[in-house]
Amino acid sequence: MTLIRKPFSRRSILRAGAAGGIGLAAPTIFTSNAWSAGYLNEPTGSTVTLGFNVPQTGPYADEGADELRAYQLAVEHLNGGGDGGMLTTFSSKALKGNGILGKKVEFVTGDTQTKSDAARASAKSMIEKDGAIMITGGSSSGVAVAVQALCQEAGVIFMAGLTHSNDTTGKDRKANGFRHFFNSYMSGAALAPVLKNAYGSDRKAYHLTADYNWGYTTEQAVKESTEAMGWETVETVKTPLAATDFSAYITPVLQSDADVLVLNHYGGNMVNSLTNAVQFGLRDKVVNGKNFEIIVPLYSRLMAKGAGANVKGIFGSTNWHWSLTDEGSQAFVRSFGQKYGFPPSQAAHTTYVQALLYADACERAGTFNPCGVVEALEGFEFDGLGNGKTLYRAEDHQCFKDVLVVKGKENPTSEFDLLEIVEVTPAEQVTYAPDHPQFAGGALGTCNPGA
Amino acid sequence: MLGLNKKDTSLFLLVLALVVFAPLLLNPFPEGSELAQFNAGYPDLMQRFLIFGIFAVGFNILFGLTGYLSFGHAAFLGVGSYAGVWMMKLLTMNVIPAIFMSVVFAGLFSLLVGYISLRRSGIYFSILTLAFAQMSFSLAYSVLTPITNGETGLQLALNDPRVLGVSQVDGSIPAANFFGIAMRDSFELSMGGWLFTFNAGYYLCAVVMMVAFYVAIRIFRSPFGMMLRAVKSNQQRMNFTGLNSKPYTLAAFVISGMYAGLAGGLMVAMDPLAGAERMQWTASGEVVLMTILGGAGTLIGPVLGAGFIKYCENIFSKINDNILYDWFAGLPEGLADFLVFVIHPFIGKGWHLTLGIMFMLIVIFLPGGIMEGFERIGRLFKRKPSSGESVSAKTSTTPAE
Repeated sequence: MTLIRKPFSRRSILRAGAAGGIGLAAPTIFTSNAWSAGYLNEPTGSTVTLGFNVPQTGPYADEGADELRAYQLAVEHLNGGGDGGMLTTFSSKALKGNGILGKKVEFVTGDTQTKSDAARASAKSMIEKDGAIMITGGSSSGVAVAVQALCQEAGVIFMAGLTHSNDTTGKDRKANGFRHFFNSYMSGAALAPVLKNAYGSDRKAYHLTADYNWGYTTEQAVKESTEAMGWETVETVKTPLAATDFSAYITPVLQSDADVLVLNHYGGNMVNSLTNAVQFGLRDKVVNGKNFEIIVPLYSRLMAKGAGANVKGIFGSTNWHWSLTDEGSQAFVRSFGQKYGFPPSQAAHTTYVQALLYADACERAGTFNPCGVVEALEGFEFDGLGNGKTLYRAEDHQCFKDVLVVKGKENPTSEFDLLEIVEVTPAEQVTYAPDHPQFAGGALGTCNPGA
Repeated sequence: MLGLNKKDTSLFLLVLALVVFAPLLLNPFPEGSELAQFNAGYPDLMQRFLIFGIFAVGFNILFGLTGYLSFGHAAFLGVGSYAGVWMMKLLTMNVIPAIFMSVVFAGLFSLLVGYISLRRSGIYFSILTLAFAQMSFSLAYSVLTPITNGETGLQLALNDPRVLGVSQVDGSIPAANFFGIAMRDSFELSMGGWLFTFNAGYYLCAVVMMVAFYVAIRIFRSPFGMMLRAVKSNQQRMNFTGLNSKPYTLAAFVISGMYAGLAGGLMVAMDPLAGAERMQWTASGEVVLMTILGGAGTLIGPVLGAGFIKYCENIFSKINDNILYDWFAGLPEGLADFLVFVIHPFIGKGWHLTLGIMFMLIVIFLPGGIMEGFERIGRLFKRKPSSGESVSAKTSTTPAE
């Protein structure tokens, strides 16, 4: 039937397949984590995989999306693409734009859903399945603390994203975890002098606090720093995290003799509580002969956008703002703007910087080994990444840098131009001892290379 | 075998084989190939398959047999998890006390909740359990922070007492273990392009799961199980005949609560952290979805449903646009862009959408869940007595209810 003699018959293919199968199975390599000499997920090929674990769904999805954009930009710059962004202004010149240690940077993404469990599952799959050597991201302190602990156990580096609670580098600090973002204590310490200048030292504060870990540490930090300058705390009330209507919590404020309201809320919570407070006419009130004021300790541009005109004139603190005029910030805003068409948020900034810092540390250490990276990052001083001179403190793996005190702008010129910088609080003023009572009770332990 | 009839024995052996060889079966694509994205054979996900399988099997004892739809089962899983982590904090890193106490605490808590909730049935029962679960979640999230560590989740620390073990080993927390075998230890088998991971924790889960599954089969086939089915078909009539059905429903409730606690205990044995979100109503809803998706009232259905949902959650949520562009690299740019644009809403953060569509399709076309799908396929291959009957079988696919 066939004119051309077929080189393979079905039978011969089967026979070859069986032989090949046995051949493949014979050089079986048995390896175990316990036996390998190096470290977990040692990159052996021409690429290195980083894991970007951000909230893509849930209350902080906006921040997560911006973080992911920043990571993609960082990877592009690390691999030598684009205009180099902050690589050109970074004080350390170890990175050459050829990936990390000559290996091309690749990445995997995951969704934390702003839930510790989901975040850990996602991080675990990155470590176990995709061979990620470093995990970074997170837009909530609970998630950051949970994933940091996982990375410590597993033996990879964790570069925290947006996490503001004291605990991340306080009682839950870990040797494999690093945080560039500022924290509640720093917010309080930076805000207090500005508030004293603006509102005087004889004020009565009323706190509304989101009922979870971050809320507690922020309340404590702001309370302690404002009381230190003479303010009195009338009352602190906890509000459920899921609350959307805060009217029931605002009415008692009107009846108390407080003349300042501190909203220890973040994200949607803050947008709603601030809107309620303004609707109740708090800001037009005069108590004890003084104008009633509202303070939001942690501000972000995305929140300011949600609260709209209500943020005008309200003080708060932020890690970074795109309107900063230093070289690094401008370079970052430029390349981010060119790629995505709008300025980056503080979440994008901190994650971009974390990715760069990790890459730089590997480059300086000459290895991806987590212990080498930890050594390279501990006590590392750098500049040119948008926050001025910065120190990665060895004792708790927290960055110490200037903190921005901002105010809602009276006359915004665009939908991104919502905050104005009131003061840049120098790093010395927000520095604390590693065993400060607000941070006590934790221990870094030793670095874990996972093997 | 083991007091099972022939059909159940073969089912049990089938599940046993699937579970034992899962590390091979779930990694069908070679490392480094484009399709490796769809491999599910890594320890964390395999453990989750089994743990949620146990959870769903337990839930099915209540829902599948008695018809009582509990919307608060995640609370028992959460209570079990917290109990487990506390055992690891206070006693030892050996997982046995942790798992044991998880079951005990979940059982006690479900006794309390069941005693109150089972005074009502139907929708009122569902709402009561939902309220209890949501209450537990809120308590764990804020008021009980000293016990649960609130939003951050309860985790181990270097300075935990661990009276029967050690607090720390060279500055790090000792690993969870089973008499010295660390749960995270695994041995890797590399064969050609394939890499298979056999994880100690997974096989511990497998043993527990097989025991749990065996117990579930025995319950399904026992007179007690028959009594529970009677509750489902008509509880009132049962009460009128003079039988007090409440002890039966309460027992079923507590047993399924203990299954949930067992799942919670295994979860912390594999990954020592207990977060409050585990108790949220969405988590309770998830196990309902698993059971319905797989086939409520069937033995193996809930396990399949659990696997299906966890697979979607962990695999689809990790596909991003870059990976899509890699897949379509061979296509012209415009076409690739278009395909990415079309697929984009269903991957990454859109995995909920994918799951939702699948769930709708299954509930609409296979009301009996995945198990009904298998049955239909099975029916296709069965020898038919006559051609006339097969036609009538085809036309009567819509269920009477």
